[in-house]
Amino acid sequence: MRRVAVVGAGMTKFIHRALETPKELSWLAAKAALDSAEMKLDQVDCVVEGTAPDAFDGVHMNGEYLSDGCGAWKKPYLRCYVGGGTGVYALAQGWFHIASGLFDTALVVCEEKMSTCLPHPQAAFLTIFDNITEQPLKPNLLWIFALEMNRYMSVHGYSVEDIAKVSVKNKRNALGHPSAQLGAELTVKDVLASEIMAWPVHRLMVSPTSDGAAAVLLASEEVAKRVTNKPVWVQGVGWCLDSAYWTNRDLYYPDYVEKAAWMAYRMAGIREPRKEINLAEPYDPFAYKELHHLEGLQLAPKGQAPRLLADGVFDRDGDLPTCPSGGLLGVGNPIAAAGMMKLCELFWQLRGEAGPRQVPGRPRRGVAQAWGDLMQVGTVVVMGVN
Amino acid sequence: MNGRVGIIGIGYTAAQPTTPYSSFKELMFEAAQRAYFDAGIDAAEVESFVTCAEDLNTGLSIFDEYTPDQLGAVQKPMHTLTQDGLHGIADAVMQIKSGLVEVVAVEAHSKASNILTPDWILDYAVDPIFNRPLGFNPHALAGLEMNLFLHETGITPQQVSQVAAKNRTNALRNPLAAYPARLTADDTAAGPYAHYPLRETEMAQTADGCVVVVLASDDKARAAASQPLWVRGIGFANDSPTLESRDWVHAEYTRIAAQMAYRMAGITNPAREIDFFEVDDTYAYKELQHLIALGLYPNRPGEAGRALEQGLTRPDGKTPVNVSGGCLGLGWTLEASGLYRIVELVLQLRGQAGPRQLPGAKMGLAQSWRGVPTTSGAVAILSSEQKPWE
Amino acid sequence: MAGQPTNVRGTPVRSADLKKGRVFTTTYVPRIQYAWDTGQAIGRYLEELKNGRLIARRCNNCQRIMIPPRMFCERCFGPTHAWVVVKDTGTVNTFSLSYVSWDVRRLKKPEIPAVIEIDGASKGMGILHVLGNVSPKAVRIGMKVRAVWKPAQQRTGSITDIAYFEPIKGKAPAAKRTAKKPFKAKAKKSKSRKRR
Repeated sequence: MRRVAVVGAGMTKFIHRALETPKELSWLAAKAALDSAEMKLDQVDCVVEGTAPDAFDGVHMNGEYLSDGCGAWKKPYLRCYVGGGTGVYALAQGWFHIASGLFDTALVVCEEKMSTCLPHPQAAFLTIFDNITEQPLKPNLLWIFALEMNRYMSVHGYSVEDIAKVSVKNKRNALGHPSAQLGAELTVKDVLASEIMAWPVHRLMVSPTSDGAAAVLLASEEVAKRVTNKPVWVQGVGWCLDSAYWTNRDLYYPDYVEKAAWMAYRMAGIREPRKEINLAEPYDPFAYKELHHLEGLQLAPKGQAPRLLADGVFDRDGDLPTCPSGGLLGVGNPIAAAGMMKLCELFWQLRGEAGPRQVPGRPRRGVAQAWGDLMQVGTVVVMGVN
Repeated sequence: MNGRVGIIGIGYTAAQPTTPYSSFKELMFEAAQRAYFDAGIDAAEVESFVTCAEDLNTGLSIFDEYTPDQLGAVQKPMHTLTQDGLHGIADAVMQIKSGLVEVVAVEAHSKASNILTPDWILDYAVDPIFNRPLGFNPHALAGLEMNLFLHETGITPQQVSQVAAKNRTNALRNPLAAYPARLTADDTAAGPYAHYPLRETEMAQTADGCVVVVLASDDKARAAASQPLWVRGIGFANDSPTLESRDWVHAEYTRIAAQMAYRMAGITNPAREIDFFEVDDTYAYKELQHLIALGLYPNRPGEAGRALEQGLTRPDGKTPVNVSGGCLGLGWTLEASGLYRIVELVLQLRGQAGPRQLPGAKMGLAQSWRGVPTTSGAVAILSSEQKPWE
Repeated sequence: MAGQPTNVRGTPVRSADLKKGRVFTTTYVPRIQYAWDTGQAIGRYLEELKNGRLIARRCNNCQRIMIPPRMFCERCFGPTHAWVVVKDTGTVNTFSLSYVSWDVRRLKKPEIPAVIEIDGASKGMGILHVLGNVSPKAVRIGMKVRAVWKPAQQRTGSITDIAYFEPIKGKAPAAKRTAKKPFKAKAKKSKSRKRR
């Protein structure tokens, strides 16, 4: 297989409401990624874009609208899409653009401007439910998270308090991130004292709605070695989509994340993920999701992630730092851009450039994961220094 | 390039003005079953799936949620592109060439009949800050473009009417077509203006339908049940989405995509080397604009109109164009449009096109455009023969 | 070292900026409507809801009885074979107490969405609905519930023809309380692993 490296990364601030238009946000992130690699747009062969539902930006065929903002003028351009999993998947898409031999460089840009949607971006989520059998019940997105979290907690016998520790860790980690929207020093008590949105989900266990964009620049081995002495290699990519009939599945465990993870691990030659991976950026739009996903990623035994969390294993200076960026809970959640932010974080961590967020011990390999649709999609990317 | 990619199976439903008895899932299931049967494989043998769909055309946000079950894709790698079916073919080719997978299924469908407010949806695609407040019907953008296109190339309105007549008439020989009609250029030229100089009769009407295409690596393709068709070239590109800064005369997105595909296929003289063309004709003038962008009339673009008048692009002409009936005759099936063109290419190249079979067709080209207000296009070149040097 | 990312851009707009017109905005209300074809499976499902019963489809190959019904079996990738009328009772698989409406209005009395495994369908086959006629504190996973139908003349062929599901009295859940006491952490933090 043709080797592919990440050679640049960049992102905007994640903010509740940005003055910039969706195109401008895309451009800021794309430019930052190009600048970080000291490369110009005319050195880019193709552009891959990721953005979640058109309902947020308020534009039909949003990918077409965003294309020039992403730098795709007169270039091959694809917009890929797997709901919330898009941000991490987009890199897999860019990976096979280059691995196929058709292109040598690919700019991968993810953007979301949720604040455009009124009266509240959450209302747009009504339209993700089955139009005939579910939408008439007026569901909101919190429902499915609460239903899944409740199932996870009751199957394994955990309390809300066990889960709340994720919020404390990630919001604290985010204090070191210059783009972060919600970094904070909190206690478990604070999290539990925040209002109940949809029991068992409290406000401080939910990531915010955000505006923002993030981008990476990918290159073939030949180009990568020419433009940087610190390429970070894409070692594995995996993605998997489960059945749309989510009420027919047991939600306590994400099979689709496990399958996506093994697809990526096989490609990366990883047999024992817990031993061979130094840091992880699992998808954490809600506090329990980080734990749920760590189990799917084979980085914690089934039902054991909350114990390992309590033991400090997932702290920045722990055995397996998770979400050292601050995650979606801390940095913010502009859907597709949030997944891409996790890939940016791996890039900076593996290059030792994460400053105050740097995990100790010179990590050599990391995994990022995102999730989406109706609790249905797992997308996984493994990156490493060799 | 590491390895050839072949199309080993196609499955499709007829394009129809409405499909009230099937849900989109049931349409997809039908097309998928046909495609896997055609390829002689089980759904379980497909390793990766691609759907091409736009949320607003389906009426569901994050539409990819609803795609896996009826394609046999549960707990498999699957993703969506919000683009034309030909972009999906390009995606599958890249997945296979990367060495990641060997068999990929690409799906696209249209349930356009379920959209009660199609022009308002299209309005929602127009730039929300600069253009939408002006309040024009977005199809008027085609009128703007056509006007300048005719002015710059010398192509006449009569020639454009003739495109519509040709394609509707071609559709009479295609059992998949939703809008076949025996028409002359006089008939279509008598249609009322929709957006001057564009007439209603020169705009494609939407249709429902679904296509699934199965692609495979060289090894798998040789072992397939049906005759494989080789993807000799693939290309895709965008021009500026911004109305204020785009090229209104030349279909740049198609020119760039075609050059990419020609380079890959080693084609230097498309008019001579390619036997027939299936190109986008959502608006009749677009067929001519796209043929020019494909490089068929390198010296004088106005030749596109004269070639049409001389019957060169008719099924019995030298370079048949839209033998299937095109979007005008077959129906505009939104994201599935490109895959219906692939269906025509495959049937022709296999010699299964029945009354519209072109004798001796060995290589065909399909081209797509995503409609107003976009500048997004893709090109695919298929052949029944492998490249001699591969 | 400050660390990456550096030079992050993006300009926050505050609510006050919007209210006082310090920034310009354009507003657009999409006029978008659909009439979705329900097709064979869901068409029949809605018809039977209007008749006051729940219907499922069986796959003879894997023997599953599936609800909501579908004309294809996603596991076997073949057609499903028969219609099966199932009961309008079931078991709560999971639930939430939601204090936020779909358009993010705060609710005093929570909505109680639940996945309900339907009796007569295969194990694990649930549908999304809401619970009613029950105190939020009394809801448990494993609770037996039954459909409360709207009067026949008010039914329209919609999932809302079932007004809600309510507990079946005298069938208290055998299941344990849902929320557990917090698990106690080990006092000592594990040491950082040394990396090669």
